Amino acid sequence: MKAYETYLLDRAKVEGNHQLATYRKLGGYKGLEKVLKGGLTPAQVVDEMKKSGLRGRGGAGFSTGMKWSFMPDIAKDPRTRYLAINADESEPGTCKDRVLMEKDPHGLVEGSLIAAYAIRASAVYIYVRGEYRLPHDRVLAAVQEARAANLVGKNILGSDFSCEVYLHKGAGAYICGEETGLMESLEGKRGHPRQKPPFPAQSGLWNSPTTVNNVETVFNAPFIIERGSAWHAAIGTQNSKGNFLVGISGHVNRPGVYELPFGVTAQEILEEKAGGVWKGRKLKAWFPVGSSCSLLKGSDIDVVLDHDSLRARGSSLGTAAMVMMDDHTSMARVMEVIARFYEHESCGQCSQCREGTQWLSQIFHRIAHGHGQEDDVATLEALAKGMAPGKTICALSDAAAIPTLSAVKLFKDELIECIRQKRDPLAQPAPKYATVGAH
Amino acid sequence: MALPKKLTDEFDELVKNYPERRAALIVALHRCQEELGGWISPQTMEDLGAYFGLEPVEIFGVASFYPMFNLRPVGKHVVSVCHNISCDLRGAQDIIAKACEVTGAPLGGTSKDGRWTVRHVECQGACANAPMIDLDGVYHEDLTPEKVAKILGAVR
Ligand SMILES: Cc1cc2nc3c(=O)[nH]c(=O)nc-3n(C[C@H](O)[C@H](O)[C@H](O)COP(=O)(O)O)c2cc1C
Ligand code: SF4
Ligand code: FES
Repeated sequence: MKAYETYLLDRAKVEGNHQLATYRKLGGYKGLEKVLKGGLTPAQVVDEMKKSGLRGRGGAGFSTGMKWSFMPDIAKDPRTRYLAINADESEPGTCKDRVLMEKDPHGLVEGSLIAAYAIRASAVYIYVRGEYRLPHDRVLAAVQEARAANLVGKNILGSDFSCEVYLHKGAGAYICGEETGLMESLEGKRGHPRQKPPFPAQSGLWNSPTTVNNVETVFNAPFIIERGSAWHAAIGTQNSKGNFLVGISGHVNRPGVYELPFGVTAQEILEEKAGGVWKGRKLKAWFPVGSSCSLLKGSDIDVVLDHDSLRARGSSLGTAAMVMMDDHTSMARVMEVIARFYEHESCGQCSQCREGTQWLSQIFHRIAHGHGQEDDVATLEALAKGMAPGKTICALSDAAAIPTLSAVKLFKDELIECIRQKRDPLAQPAPKYATVGAH
Repeated sequence: MALPKKLTDEFDELVKNYPERRAALIVALHRCQEELGGWISPQTMEDLGAYFGLEPVEIFGVASFYPMFNLRPVGKHVVSVCHNISCDLRGAQDIIAKACEVTGAPLGGTSKDGRWTVRHVECQGACANAPMIDLDGVYHEDLTPEKVAKILGAVR
């Protein structure tokens, strides 16, 4: 792979960077200073983001500048506005935001403040998944240090911009990563996604204009402000700009979170970063970007990791979490695990999703355990088609259907073989343990 | 009974972070679980209901939605083993088996001596360091069954 400039993880590698003194020594809060002391208007900040080509890193890949510009005109709509930072990170395979929060929490605080300024929010809520204790505590400590240094709170750095930053904890529900489920949860309720419209920019938290952004998304803002949108737009491919974080896990020699520019191939990441498939085996299949996308075959590893190239192969960029499976892997088992996950996480409001995820889970389970029925593969396909696209309140139903459809398409023969043999020829020997009705 | 003053003092500060008091409920549930015996008892639901001006059943409705809240008592130590895809691919089942063996707890239950609860959880965001467990709120990563035996064996 060609040499490239890094920036997202540079500070994270420095010991003690989670503390303000070190962060500042490494150039931290220069982006915020440029905005507030350099007299950039909110509209100018939004414009810079638009020109930079930055797209959201939470899964949908929407233009960040565009999203910010959807917030209503403050002259016509004086309601309080909010920024919610999505640090719920629960998509299987995804572990990148955690690195930023643990190792570079001030970077998140600074990015959040720039985003809040751009959308004229007076408060930021950082919604951290409940299990992320260390990341939560690091970000909380960073906010407290920043407040003491006049970087959070009233009249930040002597400007007329005032903004509070609060942390909020989730409690283990994947659906609270969906932006409207997140808002319900922030309001102290069950995380049931809301019907859209109204969209969050019109009516979000407490019926006020709200923007929801992923951690890595706003983390990019200080770099773009400081170095300029042209610098950012020069990195990457036509419609995917800048560097991004890739998590690579599963059957590889060096799983990890790596920083890469858009435009490298998945093969380069697998070979040069992750050290190739473990045990000298071959790659059978992989989730390019988390479990809510189409599986790809090992032979698709030559794909460029960016929005357009993955779409062309029938997948998407999602959360850039590559999950790799070697040629000893049972796809019936993989899909049993994935389907069980969505069944567990469906919030139950929509019948297609509630019933559909249960059926998918039961059917993959019985195929993997040697009780598959002759028409199961056809049933899986019919069910998944009834669950998506866009038939439900939120995209979780799609997220369960999409990998199912890809598994049925790419690994039909393998699934049928499990059904015919009344056992899974690739199953690993299962260790024994006692179990009670598990939660 | 009422909530201990230590907690209500904390909550009085916490509610100021939000335009509506009830928004503090989930964070408050976490604190109650931490301070009041590791689970959300019916009594805690009543007390939280009184504090927030909500019916206890409404507290139940929220608490029961979130997997992290225990609605029944748990062991003194809780071992949560991730069994999602990245961990499964790298041996999560062996980790579960070892955790059950060492603690004497069945998966999803508590050991007879009340010391241990072992359960499985979905992806914990530690996929690049799979397999993993969360022991009493602290992550242990890059595990093997031997390492699990050692980690759990060292707990008093
Ligand atoms: C079921 C579901 C789960 C999601 N989980 C997350 C998550 O954990 N973190 C995240 O940033 N976005 C998640 N999203 C995407 C959010 O809804 C939203 O698009 C994102 O936070 C927007 O931020 P961005 O524009 O900065 O990417 C999820 C979406 C769905 C449908
Ligand atoms: S699609 Fe599923 S998770 Fe989303 S709102 Fe409907 S039932 Fe809930
Ligand atoms: S799959 Fe186990 S931590 Fe992500």
